[in-house]
Amino acid sequence: MSHRTRHRQSTATVFRWPIAIGVASIAGLVLGLTGDGARDLLAWILVGIAPAVIFAALVRRTSR
Amino acid sequence: MSRTTIRIWYLIHKWSSLIPTAFLLMLCVSGLPLIFHDEIDAAMGFDTEKSLSGVASSEGGLPLDTMLDRALAERPGEVPLFMAFSQDSPLLTVTTGPAPDAASGDMHLQFLDRVTGEALGPAPVNPLLDFLLQLHTDMFLGLPGMLFLGVMGISFIVALISGTVLYAPFMRRLRFGTLRTRRSLRVKRLDRHNFLGIVTLVWALVVGATGAINAFADPLTDAWRNGEIAEMTAAYASSQPLAPADYGSIDKAMAAAQDALPGRNPQFIGFPGGSWSSGHHYAIFFQGDRPVTEHLLTPALVDAATGELTDARTMPAINQALMMSKPLHFGDYGGLPLKILWALLTLATIWVLWTGIFLWLRRRGGEIDRRVDEIALGARKEMRA
Repeated sequence: MSHRTRHRQSTATVFRWPIAIGVASIAGLVLGLTGDGARDLLAWILVGIAPAVIFAALVRRTSR
Repeated sequence: MSRTTIRIWYLIHKWSSLIPTAFLLMLCVSGLPLIFHDEIDAAMGFDTEKSLSGVASSEGGLPLDTMLDRALAERPGEVPLFMAFSQDSPLLTVTTGPAPDAASGDMHLQFLDRVTGEALGPAPVNPLLDFLLQLHTDMFLGLPGMLFLGVMGISFIVALISGTVLYAPFMRRLRFGTLRTRRSLRVKRLDRHNFLGIVTLVWALVVGATGAINAFADPLTDAWRNGEIAEMTAAYASSQPLAPADYGSIDKAMAAAQDALPGRNPQFIGFPGGSWSSGHHYAIFFQGDRPVTEHLLTPALVDAATGELTDARTMPAINQALMMSKPLHFGDYGGLPLKILWALLTLATIWVLWTGIFLWLRRRGGEIDRRVDEIALGARKEMRA
C-alpha cells in the first residue's frame, strides 16, 4: 500500500483518525475519574488506544 | 489555506515550541518518576499508611481535640495550621508552625494514628521525590518559578494547536500513520514528529492545560480567600483575628459542619489565619459523596470560638477546575495501568519534543519558504530534503 493518496484529502478525511483517537482519549480520561472497577478498565482501554496506535505504526515501519 | 496563513502558523508553531522546549523536556523527565510516587515511596520504605490498620481517620477514631493536644505536645510553643485526614487508614497529619500565617518553609508536618492516638513522629520526606517535585513545580524558585512554568505550559498549548493547524495541509496527500523511512533523516523525523504529535494531542492538551492551571494554584486560592471567604464571613470583617488560645473544640466544629454537609468525609481542616481560612474560622473541607465529585472539595466555615456553623458553600468554578485538574495532571486516579499509560504517553511527548528540536537544529539558512512549500503542497512533490 502506498503512503500517498491519489486525491487531495479533505480536512475531515485528514482528521478522521486523529479525532477518533482524541475522542477515545478524552472519554477514557473522564471515565476513569467517575468511578472504579469496570470504569477503570474501560479507561485503560480507551486511553491505551493512542500508545497502541503509535506502537503499531512503528512496528509496521520497521518490519518493512 | 494560503501560503501566507501557513507561514504565520509555521512561525507561531516554531516560536511557541522553541521557547518552552527545554523546560518541557525537564517537566517530562522529572514528571516521569513522579507518576509512580506511591510505588517509589512504598519501595523505599516511606509508606507509613500501610503499617496502620483500623478505621480511616476521615471516618472515626479518637476525638480530634485529643489528637491535636497530642500533636501540640510534640511541638511546644507552636500553633496548629492544618489537620489532614486519610480516606484509607487511621493516619492523621497535623501541620504546626510558629504563627497562624506561617510560611510553608516554617511549617512542620507530623503523623499520628487516630486509632491508637500514637504520635508517629515527623512526616517522612522522600529526598528523591521531594527534589523532583520541587524541580517540577517551581524549579526551587517559589511562586515566580511556578508562574513561569505556567506560562511555559500555556506556550505548549499554543504549540499543540498551531501544530495541529499545520498538520492538515501537510497531510493532504499522505495517509494517516505514514512514516517515510527511506527518504532523508529529516523526512523521517518530520513524519514521526507529526504522527506522534497528532496521536498524543488530546492527552498532551489535557496534561498541559491542567499543569498550567496547577501553576496558578496559589493566586487562585488567594483570590478565593479574599473573595468568597471574605463574603461568607463578612460579619467578622471588623473584629480582630482569633488568638490560638481561644480556639474552641474541633470535634464540636466538625459535628456542626457534618450537620450542614451530611454523608461526606472531611479531607482537611484549615485553621484560622492561614491561607485556607478566615481569621476566625475552622475551614473544614469535605470531599464530594460520589466518585465523580470525590476530587471536588466543599468547605464548611465554622466559628472557631463557638463551634457554630457560619456558612458552607461550593467553591467558585475556577477553583473547582483547579481541584479537578490535579488528578488529570498526575494520572494517579486509575490504578497502576493508567500510570503506565501516562508514562508511555510522556515518553511519546519527549520524542515529539526531541524530533522538534532536531528539525530546528538541522535547518539551513533561508529555507522557511521551502518549509512553507512543503506544508502547503501537502508533501505532494517528492521534494528533495
